[in-house]
Amino acid sequence: MARDGGVSCLRSSEMMSVGIGKMESPPLELDEVHVLAVDDSLVDRIVIERLLRITSCKVTAVDSGWRALEFLGLDNEKASAELDRLKVDLIITDYCMPGMTGYELLKKIKESSSFRQVPVVIMSSENVLTRIDRCLEEGAEDFLLKPVKLADVKRLRSYLTRDVKLSNANKRKLLEHSVPIQTSLPPPSSPDSSDSSRPLTNSPESSDSSPPLSPVEIFSSPLSSPIDDEDDDVLPSSPESSPTPEESPVRRQKMGSPGLLD
Amino acid sequence: MDTLVAQLQRQFRDYTISLYHQGFLDDQFTELKKLQDECSPDFVAEVVSLFFEDCEKLIGNMARALDQTGNVDFNLVGSSVHQLKGSSSSVGAKRVKGLCITFKECCDSQNFEGCVRCLQQVDIEYKSLKAKLQDLFNLEQQIVQAGGRIPQVDI
Repeated sequence: MARDGGVSCLRSSEMMSVGIGKMESPPLELDEVHVLAVDDSLVDRIVIERLLRITSCKVTAVDSGWRALEFLGLDNEKASAELDRLKVDLIITDYCMPGMTGYELLKKIKESSSFRQVPVVIMSSENVLTRIDRCLEEGAEDFLLKPVKLADVKRLRSYLTRDVKLSNANKRKLLEHSVPIQTSLPPPSSPDSSDSSRPLTNSPESSDSSPPLSPVEIFSSPLSSPIDDEDDDVLPSSPESSPTPEESPVRRQKMGSPGLLD
Repeated sequence: MDTLVAQLQRQFRDYTISLYHQGFLDDQFTELKKLQDECSPDFVAEVVSLFFEDCEKLIGNMARALDQTGNVDFNLVGSSVHQLKGSSSSVGAKRVKGLCITFKECCDSQNFEGCVRCLQQVDIEYKSLKAKLQDLFNLEQQIVQAGGRIPQVDI
């Protein structure tokens, strides 16, 4: 995948067999959306890559946080002259990964001067409110519940294109407005701090979190009422790209019922 | 009088519906089908093929871990189960995913017999799904070879 300018951790036989090698990618153009996808699961990488390509994104898929940092040039101290050319518009990462979790990767990206502006989306199979909170607080743009569907990616795509120039400071303000009570949530009885040391276990806190604030409210846009919001979005929707009603509530509903899913 | 294509299409439709109704597949499988098109006509077949390879590998890991009599690392088993649950969820393998949930509980409670049982069931289940999907893909091929189009099946 040298043409994408980065590391793709598919074996070349896999790449050919899923048609990824067959897709002749032209050189990266300035107006093309380039997404860095990070997931340790091969199956999930293939799926997310396809989801993104089908929504007209260029994709670089890597299998770990370390590879992601390596791709971004953040794995060593010296700044690379290459970085001026490296254009990444979105980073989408799994939360539970061995070695470096998606949360840790998020932190490193937000700490870097070159990439802190890049929106980072976290994916997780577990609907854990404290996890979602923590990621949002650290600057994540959005949180997707796995399995990821086409509607989720389309939604990401829509706010990405209209919003690529929006500064990070403004985004945080909007998120803060829509999360009025997150700091006052009671700590879960089984401390979430144990979660990061056991990234791959099904955390018991999923049954513990009985939040006073529904996750639907966390993602409410400040322009709409928190609970019955049908087409809410992390950022205020623009007319041409607001998600259809059957897309957002399904995902939001899922997030609103911790413990229902797994 | 039904043409061959019409017969095959009906078989395909009925078989697909039965897979969903019997709980082998869920709507995530439908999502995968949305990602298939003329440019990637075999996308679903290829993803599920990778999934089944994943099953084999992970089940092997679990079996090895459970084989360490007296010294079973349930965290290790649990981590493989977690991965399997993730990928089964991503392809819509509903029964496999369901078994992984039970399996995970056995790992968390360090229930050795439970784990062994779950391992056997997961092994049977993924192989069963593999055979059924192979039948489904064969039907698709037959339809195409007979000059027909694969029908869109609304579940």
